Amino acid sequence: MSTSLLKVEDLRVSFSLKSQGDMPWTKSRVLQAVGGVSFELKQGETLGIVGESGCGKSTLARALIRMVKATGRVVWMGDEELLGLSKSQMMKYRSEIQMVFQDPLASLNPRKTVGQIIAEPLRTHNPKLSKDEVVAQVKAMMQKVSLLPNQINRYPHEFSGGQCQRIGIARALIVKPKLIICDEPVSALDVSIQAQVINLLMELQQEMGLSLVFIAHDLSVVKHISNRVMVLYLGKVMEVADRDDLYDNPRHPYTQALISAVPIPDPKIERAKDVILLEGDLPSPLAPPSGCVFRTRCAKAQAICGEIAPELKAPEEKEGTVLALEKESTHRVACHFE
Amino acid sequence: MALLDVQNLSVKFRTNDGIVNAVNDVSFSMDPGQTLAIVGESGSGKSQTAFSILGLLAQNGFATGSVEFNGKEILNILTPDLNRVRAAEIAIVFQDPMTSLNPYMRVADQMAEVLVHHKGLSKTAAVKEAVHMLDAVKIPGAKGRAQQYPHEFSGGMRQRVMIAMSLLCRPKLLIADEPTTALDVTVQAQIMSLFSEIQKEFGMGVLLITHDLGVVAGFCEEVLVLYGGRVMEQGPVDPIFETPSHPYTRGLLKAIPRIDKGTKTLDTIPGSPPNMMQPSLGCPFEPRCQFAIEDCAQRLSPLAEFSKGRFRSCNRVSEDIA
Repeated sequence: MSTSLLKVEDLRVSFSLKSQGDMPWTKSRVLQAVGGVSFELKQGETLGIVGESGCGKSTLARALIRMVKATGRVVWMGDEELLGLSKSQMMKYRSEIQMVFQDPLASLNPRKTVGQIIAEPLRTHNPKLSKDEVVAQVKAMMQKVSLLPNQINRYPHEFSGGQCQRIGIARALIVKPKLIICDEPVSALDVSIQAQVINLLMELQQEMGLSLVFIAHDLSVVKHISNRVMVLYLGKVMEVADRDDLYDNPRHPYTQALISAVPIPDPKIERAKDVILLEGDLPSPLAPPSGCVFRTRCAKAQAICGEIAPELKAPEEKEGTVLALEKESTHRVACHFE
Repeated sequence: MALLDVQNLSVKFRTNDGIVNAVNDVSFSMDPGQTLAIVGESGSGKSQTAFSILGLLAQNGFATGSVEFNGKEILNILTPDLNRVRAAEIAIVFQDPMTSLNPYMRVADQMAEVLVHHKGLSKTAAVKEAVHMLDAVKIPGAKGRAQQYPHEFSGGMRQRVMIAMSLLCRPKLLIADEPTTALDVTVQAQIMSLFSEIQKEFGMGVLLITHDLGVVAGFCEEVLVLYGGRVMEQGPVDPIFETPSHPYTRGLLKAIPRIDKGTKTLDTIPGSPPNMMQPSLGCPFEPRCQFAIEDCAQRLSPLAEFSKGRFRSCNRVSEDIA
């Protein structure tokens, strides 16, 4: 659990927007989707990334595998800087980092059979494999994700949502990656199916020693699956900590509001619970607030929040807090008052 | 007298591939001012149950059974008669606020339409009332925002507009079809607290359709659990969450990761949802039920009261599935 698999430093992604009717000399507006995110992922670890729509969590995932252009540093296994690599150099790492997408049906090619879909990464990265061997491996993988191998010639539309997500997972796993980036893998699924897919992911992780970057908006799911959790808001990291630390002792006002808003399926607890209601709406990412991006909705906001953007730092020890911060605590929070 | 009394409601759809049995023999009733939740997964028939009450089924759908509102039958009555009930007595809030608002009309104008049609108000009076209602759902600067178009609002604000619109005629029953599913969790908290407030203020009954058991726990008094278009369990929220009496409810509650508890592995319900084209003779949950006995594939016990106010439909006794 100790070797660093992926180290991300100051990752930034910007999109320039031109609207219709803009004159050629009009400056395009810049939308910063991810604004300087740093984290480290160890082998076998699961990093959960949570945040509401528009906070940049999917863009962050896409930037890691270079589906969108980013600046900063993404260091793979301690030595290779991925962002500077050419397409062909990157190829080598594509089999080590795989992705599972949100929409289980839309991310599968409807005109290919399940066998062809799962085999594709294998053919790309291992072109020398014989046909029989590919089929054998695909069937073994289908078994592993609890799909019937005799369904190998069926098409995606013949499967249910949960099964399609299993196909997506099989496709990612067939090249034996070290890291899987899951972008909302269960949010399109019903509760009973969601539990099946989460359990499958956790079993396979154990079995194959995988690391996961698990992106979701459902804080309960993220709590269940992650070792560490990072909270994003408008492209900035608000707080990052070990799972239990973050959920038991959230320090950032946004994390506190987020956690308190999650409904608990127990009437007695849910009715007695204090919900921190946030005022207003998410500001436009085209014109984020100055200083701390959360200040417009924060109950604690003071003048300083508008002037200086708080750095991500270890929270100060406070009287009355349960957590005795040890030196090696990895809890980090971006707030002036923590 | 019950506010809403639904008896033996069935909804079927004619499709090219055959008849889809979306809702089978659902019965329930609601008292004035009560909050009832219908929960279920996709395809369980929860939305079609609500739509059939207001005659909103798609062209190829048809409903049988009886729906009485304040003692009057409203299922399959003529459209002009139904229009007198719609919005004025029973209002509905849909899941996706963007597709249920008219993008070409200012918010004030589409809201005023409701009052002009149902209450015969003049346009100016109606707009004034609309602004007043936008204020009641806590839209800041309601007067100015009323003159904007739906695309100028955020998702949460749009849902507030929908809620304001549904309240205009002071309905006695509000049907909310997954009102917070498209929203972020902090916005969901805002909207649900708004629902609680307006329900207290206006005293109407709320029929909440949702798949989120957490939302049910916080907001509702009664709950109806649907699976494969049939009622599996019904009763007051507290005892059902504490001691679910049906294997499906029990499985569902155990399959949800909880933010307030740590769990090692989640219990799962094996298999996948039923095919509504070929309804089983017996219990729709039988293929996935760990307590199923031979009888279950052939026969389904009708919904029966087993303790005060609690109903279940299962061939096993509730002690056996504990």
